[in-house]
Amino acid sequence: MANEVQSPVNNSNAAQQVQGKWGMVVDQDLCTGCQACVAACSMENNVPFVGEVDDAYGRSQQWIRIERFWQGSYPDVKMTPFQPVMCQQCHNAPCEPVCPVYASVHSLSEDLNLQVYNRCVGTRYCANNCPYQARVFNWRDYMDPRQRPELVTLSNQWNPDVTVRRRGVMEKCTFCIQRIRHAEDTAESENRDIRDGEVVPACAQACPANAITFGRIDDPTTKVSQAAVTSRASHLLEDLGTIPHVTYLAGGA
Amino acid sequence: MSAIAKPFIGSHTTEQEDPHEHLMHDPLPRGEMNAMVLESMHTTTWKYWTLAGILAFLVVTCLVYAWYILIMQGLGVTGDNRPVYWGIFLVNVVFWIGISHAGTFISAILRVLKIESRRPFTRAAELMTTFGLVQAGLSVFMHMGRVWLSYWLIPIPNERTIWPDFHSPLMWDFMAINTYLLCSTMYLFLPLIPDLAMARDRSTGWRKTFYKVLAIGFRGTEGEWKNLKTAMNIFAFAIIPVMFSVHTIVSWDFAMATRPGWSSTVFGPYFVIGALHSGMAAVAVVLFMIRSTMKNMKYFIRPEHFDTLAKLSLMVSMAWAYFYFNDYLVPWYGGDKWEKILQDFTQRGPIGWLWYFMLFCNIVVPWSILWNKKWRRTPWLMAIVGLLINIGMWIERYVIIPEALTINRMPFTWQIYVPKLEIFLTIGTFALFFLLYLLASRLIPLIPVWEVQEGQEGHILRKIGKAQIPTVSEID
Repeated sequence: MANEVQSPVNNSNAAQQVQGKWGMVVDQDLCTGCQACVAACSMENNVPFVGEVDDAYGRSQQWIRIERFWQGSYPDVKMTPFQPVMCQQCHNAPCEPVCPVYASVHSLSEDLNLQVYNRCVGTRYCANNCPYQARVFNWRDYMDPRQRPELVTLSNQWNPDVTVRRRGVMEKCTFCIQRIRHAEDTAESENRDIRDGEVVPACAQACPANAITFGRIDDPTTKVSQAAVTSRASHLLEDLGTIPHVTYLAGGA
Repeated sequence: MSAIAKPFIGSHTTEQEDPHEHLMHDPLPRGEMNAMVLESMHTTTWKYWTLAGILAFLVVTCLVYAWYILIMQGLGVTGDNRPVYWGIFLVNVVFWIGISHAGTFISAILRVLKIESRRPFTRAAELMTTFGLVQAGLSVFMHMGRVWLSYWLIPIPNERTIWPDFHSPLMWDFMAINTYLLCSTMYLFLPLIPDLAMARDRSTGWRKTFYKVLAIGFRGTEGEWKNLKTAMNIFAFAIIPVMFSVHTIVSWDFAMATRPGWSSTVFGPYFVIGALHSGMAAVAVVLFMIRSTMKNMKYFIRPEHFDTLAKLSLMVSMAWAYFYFNDYLVPWYGGDKWEKILQDFTQRGPIGWLWYFMLFCNIVVPWSILWNKKWRRTPWLMAIVGLLINIGMWIERYVIIPEALTINRMPFTWQIYVPKLEIFLTIGTFALFFLLYLLASRLIPLIPVWEVQEGQEGHILRKIGKAQIPTVSEID
């Protein structure tokens, strides 16, 4: 048994061998604010619809939001570029140390912030400490068909790869970690590295303007790495030192 | 036993004043005093039972039933939202821990400093500590999204071998509140033992059994007193740093976060002083209630005690104003964009009047009333001042938590917080506090009789020429 040749798939250490730090680039000059990414993200990640009342009260659970502002006052109003905001997957994430039960943890190998739903007790400290307000809380059992009968049909389209969260749990954008895992598994079985552009999160896939690019940032040849060093690149709230992994491109070019 | 005679601390008052106005110089025979305290515990009128009934009803509806709704339907029934993830529940936690500080401060610090006028009301203050902490603990659990898993915060061995994360200020907070609850309960119990023994020796029926168990066989021998005094001394000194640390750690829940309005180094001492401010005021309110509703209490709780509390309140109020000024000036002068927006919001926003009302209650009211000796010695006025200070301090926490959370660095998410079900739960915690106090007032002696008697032993009026000079002997 000990001499048996192990296939890469059965190698229990395979998951640890595949390492990659992931990043995203959002081109604000391309974004049209169409919200396709928001819809796609909700479909992919089983994000519940909270209804009009709760949404207007600031309880929308979308993991990505399109921020839109204007400058000046009427009639000299100037639109600023649309700003899609999701979890920035900070390297120094303020949300992580404040969780008393290790529900918000860091993946050292991938440099991602992970939220362990079944560990969360709902103190909501992580959300308070997130400078990007990227975390959303399950205020009610929005996914429970007994409480929301109008949503019964929607439960047929739940994504089986993603956990359905219950009330009292914090959640946030995961960079579609299920798609990253899927690409890793495929590459593993074909005995190769993950190709650039092989992992496409739901938001990037749905974007009609191709404003969102996803890829490895520890490999300088990827599109993401190259875009992140141009003069158009910036990060949100850089002065806080959180070292976010989402780069925004805006201005010129 | 050595006795050193020195002028009584309160003796620098005007000559016309009758020294017998002081409880310490107005002694009664021991048996009579014991009987008075026991009588106050035995007397229950229909008013008492009506009030107890109303409070019990409020507890059942506003606390138990509302909490049931909260647990079954999730936090959506409260007013929390993004970005105000922490609402009134956390305001109540800080408020009740603040209330609980008075007990220790009055009892431990005044005991250590041998302030004689503390004697009749240490117990009333200590009870506030314990019952206030109960409300604070309940409010923490109300706040949690999945309260049924709250035992995950306790570092106990488990099959998942996951420890709680001690990096989190919430864990420090959890540990600090638990430590304080245990310490303050023991500190409440120790000086209670001789009084329980006194009550045991003078009761019959179920009360006899009750006090017999609680008095743990105290007979009042020289050795027992020596051990008790040693234990009380250790606790009195040890609980003072615990008290300071608890509210500092509570403030760290906010100060450690990277948020405008929260990330402040002055929060530790500022919160401690704030806690004392509301605590002192709450003691005045409770003393007024005890004095005006319970039998024989006018003998024990006198204007001089309100005077002592009022002086402390005035001092604490000034210290609070100093710290508040610090906490305000530094961010204002620093000119950080987000701090400025937040200060604009708290003062000129839609609920800006709260900010002014807070300053009125916490600074204007005490400063304009407590300087006057006659007013300080008017119990009902002190009760009103105490009530206003407590309202002001509650608003102060409201300004710090839900209002500061409204403003963050992502303006797109700004949202006003409107409390909903948590209003009922707040009423519920207040009802439970008063209900526990009401029940305790008839079960344990609210006056530390032995301490009053000990004090009266030491206070003697000495005749020098024609003048009567009040003196106090230190019994060590």
